[in-house]
Amino acid sequence: MKTPSELRYTEDHEWLRPEGKSGRVGITDFAQDQLGDVVFVELPEVGRAVKQGEAFGVVESVKSVSDVFAPITGKVVAVNQALVDSPELVNQDPYGQGWIVEIEIANDGEVQALLDAQAYGALQEGGH
Amino acid sequence: MRFTPHTEEDRREMLRQIGASSVDELFSDLPAAVRLDRPLNLPEGLPESEVARLLSTLAARDLDMGKYVSFLGGGAYDRYIPSVVGEMLRRSEFYTAYTPYQPEISQGTLQAIFEFQSLIAALTGLDIAQASLYDGATAVAEAAMLAWGQTGRERIVVARSVDPQYRAVLRTYAHGRGLEVVELPLRDGRAAAEDIAGAAEGAACVIVQHPNFFGLLEDVDSLVKATHDKGALYIAVADPISLAVMRPPGAYGADVAVGEAQGLGIAASFGGPYLGFMAARQAYLRRLPGRIVGETADKDGNRGYVLTFQTREQHIRREKATSNICTNQGLMALAATIHTTLLGPDGLRQAASLSIEGAHRLGDGIGRTQGVDLAFSGPYAFEVALRGKASVKDVQGAMLKAGMLGPLDLERFYPELPGHMLLSVTEKRTTEEIAKLLDVLQGVEA
Amino acid sequence: MKTIFEEHEAGRGTEYLPSRKVDLGAYLPAGEIRSELPLPELSEVQAVRHFTGLSRRNYGVDTGFYPLGSCTMKYNPKINEDTARLPGFAQLHPYQPEETVQGALQMMWELQRDLGEITGMDAVSLQPAAGAHGELTGILIVRAYHESRGDTARTQVIVPDSAHGTNPATAAMAGFEVVHVPSDERGGVDVDALRQLASEKTAALMLTNPNTLGLFDERITEIAEVIHAAGGLLYYDGANLNAVLGHSRPGDMGFDIVHLNLHKTFSTPHGGGGPGAGPVGVKAHLRDFLPMPIVTNGDGHFHLSYDLKDSIGQMRSFYGNFGVLVRAYTYIRALGGEGLREVADDAVLNANYILSLIKDHFDVPFDRIPKHEFVVAPPEDLVRQQGVKTLDIAKRLLDFDYHPPTVYFPLIVHEAMMIEPTETETKETLKGFADTLNRIIDEGRENPEYVKTAPHNTVVGRLDEARAVKQPKLLERLGG
Repeated sequence: MKTPSELRYTEDHEWLRPEGKSGRVGITDFAQDQLGDVVFVELPEVGRAVKQGEAFGVVESVKSVSDVFAPITGKVVAVNQALVDSPELVNQDPYGQGWIVEIEIANDGEVQALLDAQAYGALQEGGH
Repeated sequence: MRFTPHTEEDRREMLRQIGASSVDELFSDLPAAVRLDRPLNLPEGLPESEVARLLSTLAARDLDMGKYVSFLGGGAYDRYIPSVVGEMLRRSEFYTAYTPYQPEISQGTLQAIFEFQSLIAALTGLDIAQASLYDGATAVAEAAMLAWGQTGRERIVVARSVDPQYRAVLRTYAHGRGLEVVELPLRDGRAAAEDIAGAAEGAACVIVQHPNFFGLLEDVDSLVKATHDKGALYIAVADPISLAVMRPPGAYGADVAVGEAQGLGIAASFGGPYLGFMAARQAYLRRLPGRIVGETADKDGNRGYVLTFQTREQHIRREKATSNICTNQGLMALAATIHTTLLGPDGLRQAASLSIEGAHRLGDGIGRTQGVDLAFSGPYAFEVALRGKASVKDVQGAMLKAGMLGPLDLERFYPELPGHMLLSVTEKRTTEEIAKLLDVLQGVEA
Repeated sequence: MKTIFEEHEAGRGTEYLPSRKVDLGAYLPAGEIRSELPLPELSEVQAVRHFTGLSRRNYGVDTGFYPLGSCTMKYNPKINEDTARLPGFAQLHPYQPEETVQGALQMMWELQRDLGEITGMDAVSLQPAAGAHGELTGILIVRAYHESRGDTARTQVIVPDSAHGTNPATAAMAGFEVVHVPSDERGGVDVDALRQLASEKTAALMLTNPNTLGLFDERITEIAEVIHAAGGLLYYDGANLNAVLGHSRPGDMGFDIVHLNLHKTFSTPHGGGGPGAGPVGVKAHLRDFLPMPIVTNGDGHFHLSYDLKDSIGQMRSFYGNFGVLVRAYTYIRALGGEGLREVADDAVLNANYILSLIKDHFDVPFDRIPKHEFVVAPPEDLVRQQGVKTLDIAKRLLDFDYHPPTVYFPLIVHEAMMIEPTETETKETLKGFADTLNRIIDEGRENPEYVKTAPHNTVVGRLDEARAVKQPKLLERLGG
């Protein structure tokens, strides 16, 4: 499983890529592998304010469904419309074209407190 | 009778293999406190010949619609069912199967449901349909839950002219979710768009049956407009037989259509099993309750059908599921599919047309008969609501004496309609039977 | 196979009704009359061949062994089909006057009484249309009961982590929050955890016993005490009643409410997914909360009674899936009390027999005597090294003309296979199935690819379920 070192992670298997004032969010390679073939992604509306830990979207495979939780508090400034027609991007490129939303960072402290790649990797080793 | 095949020798061998000394040992983990220490207090088991005699004797105590001419309707009908329907339903590959969890060996059930969905979509004029629900009443309730899920609004508006059974079930379901149910009053037996303006403020949906419980045609265009003006979903309740000749819900702007499809090849059977259906606009696909079948292919490109969009359902979504319903009414949906296929568009139209014609022969006759009157004005179909000088009980008694079943006492459900009753005519009723009914009505003493 | 839409040819239809011409314009406003009706037209022979063809692409209990765990796919006696179709039952209108349906009402009254005796409950409603519908009825009774006492703080329903998905879905539909209680190392409810969860917020605990692992919860009396002491009610999901018929009754275990699945325990056919029937029984203190009507017996006549003062209301139209009730009644009369107890005896014997034959080939998560069903998993090395999973074994079974067991349930067992043989199968059938399972495990080690690409002998292979969602085709229209 890939766990890029430049990203931050949550225990719920989301990743955040901080870039300036905002960051893209997706689900990890591990999470997409557990789900299997993703067939549907429910996206939030642009402009929605989310709190850290709040479920803002849903990723579905044929036989399972998983909420996507906001890794940080902030406003949704963009959603990945490509997933509407090609949800399989979440499987094919979870850290790239498979991103789900972009959130405006309200609190840098929250970002710093997220797991780094090593800590997230250790979590997986622990068996999840 | 026993359907347990083991001989004593079989049991001994099996216990030896298991390593147990007796069958009772296999129950040794049941605590003494919860064990039944006596035989069940039930009548002794009977051989098949005796069971058959017992059940025949019980059934013979009833006056059935084979012996008596039925003018009862109001949501359940005595319609003609071609012999093929019963014959096909007894193919045990259909009726002894379970939900099609293994699509490779369930293509029969799956394709039949796919065809059923297609027929319901065609009849209702809507984009999609699901695999069926328990009955018309629960279909109405589930549609209201769909509207609540879609809009987040907690008020359900229903016309009082909707089948009282459906409204009763709606209230039960709504109470569970903590939703409020508001009824539109009867205006000459119908719902009025003016009443929606007030009642539908902040409502998730407005539910209207057309033709309604009394057989009256509702002014659906104005009702749909008033509903959509309030941002609520319009839920149409319709009998599929009526949809063979009448403008379908999809054509007049309904968002969801539900109803009871008992009239499509299913015996009246004292109220069940019946067949609820639900069709909707495409946008509500992910909010539909219950099973949905879709077409796909295997890796060699062979066409096949599967249960699909299952993430809506209880076995995956658990407490967030759109409904707790597990299965559909598989065999009843199959009956409706076979029945509709046999009758085809002409046969279905003819069933509806003969019924409407018969209802009007009866209605016209009532207009000419002393002591009874039509209860409401305006166009109607299938059902005839009337009121008379004689009590409903007396009319029922006189009909029974003449070998007929009916009418339904409307006051039972509508205290505001004392002395009102409902008769129904299907394609099975002949001109002579209708004439005889009119004679009986004429003769009942007030 | 073609669909009815592909079989369509205009003008092929058969006449079933008088062809008298009706002028609808005389009765309906012109704007209300439909012009198009895009339905297929087939000749009668075409239709008969079409549906016969579909039936041949299906698998039922009459086709072969159907050990689908938690579904109790026992043989469906044919006498039941005849009695349900007697005109005195099948040709009754639900609004007929009571005096014309005394036979039907007597049957219902006796069935209420008998199901009460079998479950140890004091009153029974036959109205719910299915197991899930019975559950909803039961949990709405829970809600009404607490409301009637002004006890509105009870917002939680506790369900075990091994529960059917319907349990939490039902609780949510009745407006409750769902709280999960874990299982202990013996597969039962973790009673210590339950003590922590039970509180003045607890409305009810929903339990299946034996549970979805096929294990009887030995601490059931203790569990009942914990819930009752907290002021909650105990709800019995009757999915697994087949295991304890005549041996133990939910009423004696401490349950207050029970739903039954007549299509499981009482031999009514599953119909390819319905109709079933899910009667609900309650203890005396909950009788007045039952849905209406119930059938009563007084002055020598049977009545539909609407006088339950706290009734939750009505759960569906009319009185229940009556045709299904006739079948279950027929079954109970045929077997009697002794026959029903023997059902449980042999259901449990058969499950244990299969388990004894396959336990060396499979992982057995709980080393206990199962009741009517049990859960195993393929050996871990086979899953890990050869990549042969439960789904593959299930699909390979199709090639041997068996219906596979329930798979991937309960959720608490990884790669679960849940096997329920029922009481109606012969020793030879059970042995043949066990041998086949073992053979597939061996085959998985020797030739994993062949197992992973199964089935090889069915009318279609594994279907692309992802495509069914991503490019949905949910219906067909005339003319494509």
